[in-house]
Amino acid sequence: MKGTRVLSLLLWLCLMYFVGIYLFVGGFLLVRMEVNRTSTCGDILEPGDGSGDFCGSQPRFRRAVLIIIDALKIDFARFDPSNTAPRPYENKIPVLEETLSSRPLQSRLYTFRADPPTTTMQRIKGFTTGSLPTFVDVGNNFASSAILEDNLIQQFGKTGKRVVFMGDDTWESLFPKKFHRSLPFPSFNVKDLHTVDNGILQHLYTTSMYLPPELHFPQVFNASIMLNFCSRTCLCWFETVMGDDWDVLVAHFLGVDHCGHRFGPDHPAMADKLTQMDSVIRSVIDRLQNDTLLVLMGDHGMTDTGDHGGESQKETDATLFLYSPSPIFPAPLSQTEPDVVPQTDLVPTLALLLGVPIPYSSVGQVLLPLFSPHGQTGSAVGGLSQLEALWINAKQVNRFLETYSSMAKDIPPESLSQLQQEFSRLSSEYLLTARESRLPSSHLVSALQAYLTSVRDICRATWARFNPVKMAAGLVLLASVCLVCFLMSELSPALMREKTAGLLAPLVVALAVGACAAAAQLLTRGYVETAWCLAAGAFSSEILFFWRVCRLSPPAVTKNGAKASKLSRWLVLRRLLTPPLMVPLLRCASLLSDSYVIAEGRVITFLVLSLVIYIPIHLNWNGLLLPPSPDPLKSAGLLPSPALSPSIVRKESGILLACLGVLIGSMYLSLSFHGCREEQGFCQPSPFLSPLSRLQDSQLKNLYYILSVISLGVFAYLLRHCLCHYGNLNSSGGAVFTARWILPLLSVCLALHWAVSATPEDSFRKLSELIRLAQLALPRAAFCLLGLGLCLIWLDPLTVFVKARATSSSRSSAPALPRYRASTGISPQAELRHLIPQIYHRMRRSLEDGELSGGIEADNRPTVEAYGLGTVYSAPVLLFWGMLGVGLLLLHPEGMALSFLLLLLEMGALLHIHASSVNLSGAHGASTGGFTVPWAPIVVWSLAATQFFHATGHLPTFPSIQWGAAFVGFPDGHTGTFLPALLVSLNTFASHILFAVGCPLLLLWPLVREVRGSRGGRACGEEGEDAVMEMRLRENPEQFSSALLQLSARYLFIHGVQVCSQAAKTNLKVQFVRSLLGRGVVAVALEFQPWHSLYFSICVYFLVNIQHDITPLSVSTLFTGLFFSLCCCYSPETPNGVEGFCTQVDV
Amino acid sequence: MWDHEIKAMASTHAIITASVFMATVIPAVFVPGFSVYGTHLLWVYAVSGTVTCVSVAIFWLLGISPPTKKHTLGYKLSRLSRSCLYFFLSCLFFYTVVVLYGAPLIESALETFSLSVLLTSLTTLRCLCVLGPNVQTWIRVFSRHGAMSVWDTCLQITVACTLIGAWVGAFPIPLDWDRPWQVSSSHRKPTYSDWNQWTFELLFSFHHLQPV
Repeated sequence: MKGTRVLSLLLWLCLMYFVGIYLFVGGFLLVRMEVNRTSTCGDILEPGDGSGDFCGSQPRFRRAVLIIIDALKIDFARFDPSNTAPRPYENKIPVLEETLSSRPLQSRLYTFRADPPTTTMQRIKGFTTGSLPTFVDVGNNFASSAILEDNLIQQFGKTGKRVVFMGDDTWESLFPKKFHRSLPFPSFNVKDLHTVDNGILQHLYTTSMYLPPELHFPQVFNASIMLNFCSRTCLCWFETVMGDDWDVLVAHFLGVDHCGHRFGPDHPAMADKLTQMDSVIRSVIDRLQNDTLLVLMGDHGMTDTGDHGGESQKETDATLFLYSPSPIFPAPLSQTEPDVVPQTDLVPTLALLLGVPIPYSSVGQVLLPLFSPHGQTGSAVGGLSQLEALWINAKQVNRFLETYSSMAKDIPPESLSQLQQEFSRLSSEYLLTARESRLPSSHLVSALQAYLTSVRDICRATWARFNPVKMAAGLVLLASVCLVCFLMSELSPALMREKTAGLLAPLVVALAVGACAAAAQLLTRGYVETAWCLAAGAFSSEILFFWRVCRLSPPAVTKNGAKASKLSRWLVLRRLLTPPLMVPLLRCASLLSDSYVIAEGRVITFLVLSLVIYIPIHLNWNGLLLPPSPDPLKSAGLLPSPALSPSIVRKESGILLACLGVLIGSMYLSLSFHGCREEQGFCQPSPFLSPLSRLQDSQLKNLYYILSVISLGVFAYLLRHCLCHYGNLNSSGGAVFTARWILPLLSVCLALHWAVSATPEDSFRKLSELIRLAQLALPRAAFCLLGLGLCLIWLDPLTVFVKARATSSSRSSAPALPRYRASTGISPQAELRHLIPQIYHRMRRSLEDGELSGGIEADNRPTVEAYGLGTVYSAPVLLFWGMLGVGLLLLHPEGMALSFLLLLLEMGALLHIHASSVNLSGAHGASTGGFTVPWAPIVVWSLAATQFFHATGHLPTFPSIQWGAAFVGFPDGHTGTFLPALLVSLNTFASHILFAVGCPLLLLWPLVREVRGSRGGRACGEEGEDAVMEMRLRENPEQFSSALLQLSARYLFIHGVQVCSQAAKTNLKVQFVRSLLGRGVVAVALEFQPWHSLYFSICVYFLVNIQHDITPLSVSTLFTGLFFSLCCCYSPETPNGVEGFCTQVDV
Repeated sequence: MWDHEIKAMASTHAIITASVFMATVIPAVFVPGFSVYGTHLLWVYAVSGTVTCVSVAIFWLLGISPPTKKHTLGYKLSRLSRSCLYFFLSCLFFYTVVVLYGAPLIESALETFSLSVLLTSLTTLRCLCVLGPNVQTWIRVFSRHGAMSVWDTCLQITVACTLIGAWVGAFPIPLDWDRPWQVSSSHRKPTYSDWNQWTFELLFSFHHLQPV
């Protein structure tokens, strides 16, 4: 009953967290489904006349040259002859103006408006696929950055056009193997920073990382070098343009962008750069042939400081210049022509001009001035008329819309149906016009245009907008759940005492309110949004909880009168400001700053270390660390009378300080296992992070291997030793079998697996078959063993060995003596350790109510001895933990065995410190205060989880995910996605899982390491009150469950606060994307790391971060719950079993 | 009596603060090219040296140290040598702690060591002066009921504030590393902050003692 209540309360908390996160993410992460279909020439668009639409007519151009000048703002391209004192970026590309004025029928200059985020990778994606950007494009292959959506480059390839590419190597990763020939320029990877030997340039980081290596060296800008760099591009460029083995030529120049980032637009270097671009364009224009279209464009603009990424007009407005040696425009520039061209519009235009199908998911609109008006095909050689082009375009967009809306439901249905009506009206009108072959009205053209524009607008509204209300609601919900957690941890005894029905009322209320919200939505809007219903339910159940808490607290307050309430409030505030709670608050504050996030691994180690040192200092402050001195200077009245003998105090302090040393040492060593973020320029990832098979030096490889195996052995040995020490390896149950046999076997499997996977492939040719088999079989065997072991522990967790002996010695023992005893042959010291609690005694006491007085029975019954009863709860948890640890190690690179060993050491040290400090402070007669775990160890515990997240080589960034984990035991890859996802997430959250599973140990360990001297000494004289070790928990089930609830509520609180601050930060980031971009690493890193485009990185950052808080949330809840149910289901079993046993003996 | 002690303590701290100030100003006058920011190591040495000398002199003159049982020269010498040993050990201890807190082990060892010397001269030295070379007593003083006199309370406050100040001084380190003022401090553990903290803490200790 208690167990179910704890479990249900925890589940409820977890559910609240999830609803909050779901709500927040729902407002933040707008997901666009990627439509994986591609257009082909043979596609028949509905409603059609049977023939293929896309490739039906003669293409207008045979070849095209696409020049992308990164960050070519429209201001750079305009030419103002009246400007006598041009700024460095003005009037530097006169060739455009000259062409425009001398050949008005062959050229046009437009403002090319990009969709934010204005980062290069997103823009390339935008103007090749014609789709609008979102945060996460679902359906992407996460392991590579290639564009899988239908795009222009792919269409060119499919229709047999040879695409030649040169420039920014982002393209290579976006379109792998799509180019006929490509000249990508060496990576402008941030890693290039290593070549910088100049300390000052390290601090020019933000700008220097953009530049090719040769630019790093000069401290003073040297224009000639930049020109040289470009002339390499230019050289290949001219060769290619002159050559004839291409149909589509794509060139991506980065110089302008580099220059902007480094110097800003208003700098002479920019003038040089633009002048150079001018000459490039001029030479291209001179060399073009008649059947070639030149498209010159910028992918985005730049701010006055040369940055980009945001959505200000300066960043979005780029240049688009179209030119062909033969006239392409039917008329000179007129007033009716559009001035601003959205970037997506380039896709259908280019596709139709070159005679390739429009990419499937393009929502662009053809650029009408490039097509001849209906009826006058004179000027154009073949080619479509305006109306035909628009019609094909409209049909394609409609087809996409239909496909998309059948896949995803995020487009509002009413606007969708409106669009469909509009399309059917237009199609009937068009078909009528076409059938009667009369001159189309300009009305139809503009209606089609309006249709396309509205589709684009609706898509944009759906895909590229946050939902601030949802985000705020999610945030509020998260914050209130944190509050609930805090209240629950403070009031857990009262909550457990309360007899009224547990969670039924909140659940009913939540369901009712949720249903009401759904009904209201259905009535007012016609459809139901799940998130809001969930939110309504969650909020209402929380309000009910608060109400109950309010009703609960008055008795506590009124005890001391009305004044007490103020005082208690103040006390609560004081309690919040203690160092153990300051540290998580500092941690949350640090999450708000980018710099701290980058240094997260170290920051968290620093915080944990501070808090760990606080524990002994605090003890000392309370005068508990040292035995009370016989110093006559100190008045005896000031100090409480000593409850623990000085020797025990000294021993406990010694243990505490030794464990502190171990803890700090392992923490320091764990720093050497960190990975590196891109932003950390001068950082070397740990050598242990790379798998052994990649090491070349065989001696080093052997050394690493031996180190790993040794640490694995130590890991397993320590676990076993610990279990053995508390006498848990004596019985013959499933758990003991696991500990005795499966754990060593699993370790051996793991070591063999490492050996096999580290073998170089070519060294044992004859054995290659065997090696391949071993690579497959060993990890799978390990998985099976792990599963078997965990199942056995789950099914038969009891590690108590009960032994009954009807020896005479028991009879002779006087009833006054403590009625427990050890088996013969064990020294008194070991007797203390192998404490054999007296189940018999306990059982009798529980039965005593219904029976006669126990004097006579005691003589008749045999002595029952039980080994390991003192650690009856902690042993299975420990064993489970250990098995899981070895299992998770399997998914990590070999070198991480050391890190796992450190993790074990740190955990053990932490437990011992906690236990010692409880023992030391137990002198204050706090033994009656239940089993409350103070904040400090819980905070350290939860922060240590994050610390080891970093110390196992993980980082909260996307590129640092260890994909190798998915292929452990599956070297040939997977068919489904569930298994690899499971393996990778197990790998990523290994430390969080381990710490969450180990969390109940915090409650149990002080009991396990209970100081016998004190309690025994005090209690012995009275009745033989020897509720020893964890049997103490059995005695006070209520306190036990409330302590457990408190522990998990505190653990959840700390993680919840972190989630909350993550969410707040994300919220802030989203609100101030632009201001963030102006400075800082984010913008810079984003630009050149294709995977790090702004939104994506925020998302991933958020997701991974939140994940690594969610996982412990759920895992800890799950495991505390499971653990509790485990306790509940088998702890009554223990005496029962023994009872049966005893009665059997009796008979 | 109590008033007298307060006055003595106030003047002691005033003198120490003044000595810190002088250690900053005098080299600036006499040493060419001296600046707190540019030649920070020199400054740190100057300050720790001055503080060491001044506090030893003052506490010796005031006779704060606990009464010794024996007055033989040999005993005094052994006390002195033990104090020196403790001073050195404390430097090593602080070095270790700072390294464990994340300072580089070998690289910029000089800076880390000077920080530890500085911390020692601010904390351990005062303990040595006030309490004598007896670690047990030190540990006992830093407990809730440990302070027996105004000097003990003052010691508690100054030591705690110095250490907290040094701890807080680590906070700016991970911040953006492209600001010029961070360039020199990014590889070093805090040095300046604890000075600020120290002056604050002096004020604070006076403030704190008023209601005592």
